[in-house]
Amino acid sequence: MNSRYFPVLIEGLQVATVLLAAPLLAGWIRMLRCRAQGRRSAGILQPFRDLSKLFIKDTVLADNASWIFTSAPYVVFGATVLAGAIIPIISVDLPLSETADVIALVAIFAIARFFMALAGMDVGTAFGGMGASREMMVASLAEPAMLMSVFTVSLVSRTTSLSHMAHAVMTGPVVLRPSLAFAFVSFVLLAIAETGRIPVDNPSTHLELTMIHEAMLLEYSGRRLALMEWASMMKLFLFTSLGVALFFPWGIAGRDTVSMIPLAFLSLAIKLALTGVFIVAVEIRLAKMRVFRIPEFLGMAFLLATLGMLSFFILE
Amino acid sequence: MTTNLAAEINGVLAALILLSSFGLLVQRRMTGLLHIFAWQGFFLSLSTAVVGYTAGLHHLYISAVLTLTLKVFALPYILYVLIHKLKIHREVEEVVNIPTTMLIGIALVIFSYHLTAPIRELSTLVTRSTLAVALATVLLGLLMMITRKKAVTQIIGFLALENGLFFAATSATYGMPLVVELGVALDILIAAFIFGIFFFQIRTTFDSLDLKQLEKLKEEDF
Repeated sequence: MNSRYFPVLIEGLQVATVLLAAPLLAGWIRMLRCRAQGRRSAGILQPFRDLSKLFIKDTVLADNASWIFTSAPYVVFGATVLAGAIIPIISVDLPLSETADVIALVAIFAIARFFMALAGMDVGTAFGGMGASREMMVASLAEPAMLMSVFTVSLVSRTTSLSHMAHAVMTGPVVLRPSLAFAFVSFVLLAIAETGRIPVDNPSTHLELTMIHEAMLLEYSGRRLALMEWASMMKLFLFTSLGVALFFPWGIAGRDTVSMIPLAFLSLAIKLALTGVFIVAVEIRLAKMRVFRIPEFLGMAFLLATLGMLSFFILE
Repeated sequence: MTTNLAAEINGVLAALILLSSFGLLVQRRMTGLLHIFAWQGFFLSLSTAVVGYTAGLHHLYISAVLTLTLKVFALPYILYVLIHKLKIHREVEEVVNIPTTMLIGIALVIFSYHLTAPIRELSTLVTRSTLAVALATVLLGLLMMITRKKAVTQIIGFLALENGLFFAATSATYGMPLVVELGVALDILIAAFIFGIFFFQIRTTFDSLDLKQLEKLKEEDF
């Protein structure tokens, strides 16, 4: 077989991984959380059952729902899958990775969020508008900080292409870099905010005044809800693997090393499992913070990212 | 330990000192402030020991131990006892709100980096790059003194400023002579006791530690 096609095959494999592993990660986190709280869990496969149930169910649409409301789930889902094709998850040898760098990736996530917020406001319920405005507040504060955090890694690796960044960190000499440490802590805080986990948002709330993400999805049902839910699971998975690719890329298959793929899957599974443990450890310890404290939380993330960038110039 | 590794470790410690200065700026609780201050002293003492080891200057070990006993244990303990006696556990009151303070702090770091850039070019020491952090720590301590209303937080700002000066001395010239350092350490200790007496005086006179009250000393108020 011609080795020219390997990158394309790997790309396809990776997209399939994103689609299938995201519900697994969500299930793993729910399972761990149940265990930690002394409840019996529904098993790691429960998100798949939820999704397939939602796909079978009928869709109920509000009378005044416009085309934005009906098309938003497809846009959100598509943008998230596209992001999944860009981030080096199992291999840095991705054809699509050359088309979009890290700035474009942040923009793709922004498109998904923009349509989600529009859809939240479209039907005109109070909860939808509230959730959309809060989501935009989080986004406007988290995005600059996210760019700062990612730019610090860019400065260290001298490129903005994700594949090259992962490759540079992987093959470079191991040195103590305070800038990367700051950028990593900032990235963790931002990932918590972006994926709507505790303490910024609680993913398992329905009809609470404090909810952000769920408030925008309240009017969705059936397959559209399934797509939205699946997209948000993928977002969690993608932010985890983006953090892995930027800060702990060891284990991701390099260029022209197809034999590394099984090892890459193994290391991905281990890293994701550890991330799940970390998320659950944070979530069972912390309470959700007040909405007015979120700007301060994100301001701290921005501060850390800036300190990371400054300490690159000052100390390295 | 090679010189390179020592410079790297020193860089990490400098970054942690800078982080703890920002921690002091954003922390709202009194006991939290004291913990961060103690951590800053701990990083400072470690950094002094690392510099002493690399440069082969053994009197820096004495300064490191001095920093450890004084700034990690003695001073936070004295302040802790003071806070308990004065019964102030409420949130820190600030003049400028915390996000703005953070942004001013970032600007100060950039400013001090710009200011120390020429010195960095001239110096040949392992620690030359940490000088900007030292200056930033001094400025951030000053910023903390300016933006806080209560006397205790201003004192912590002052002590953080002193930490910055000490760090500057280590990173610019491998530390001051031991006699000077002993003198400074004693001064700080005495200062902490005097601050304590002052806190009680201020509170018995004004029923509050808010230094805004001192403005009432003007004659027309009587």
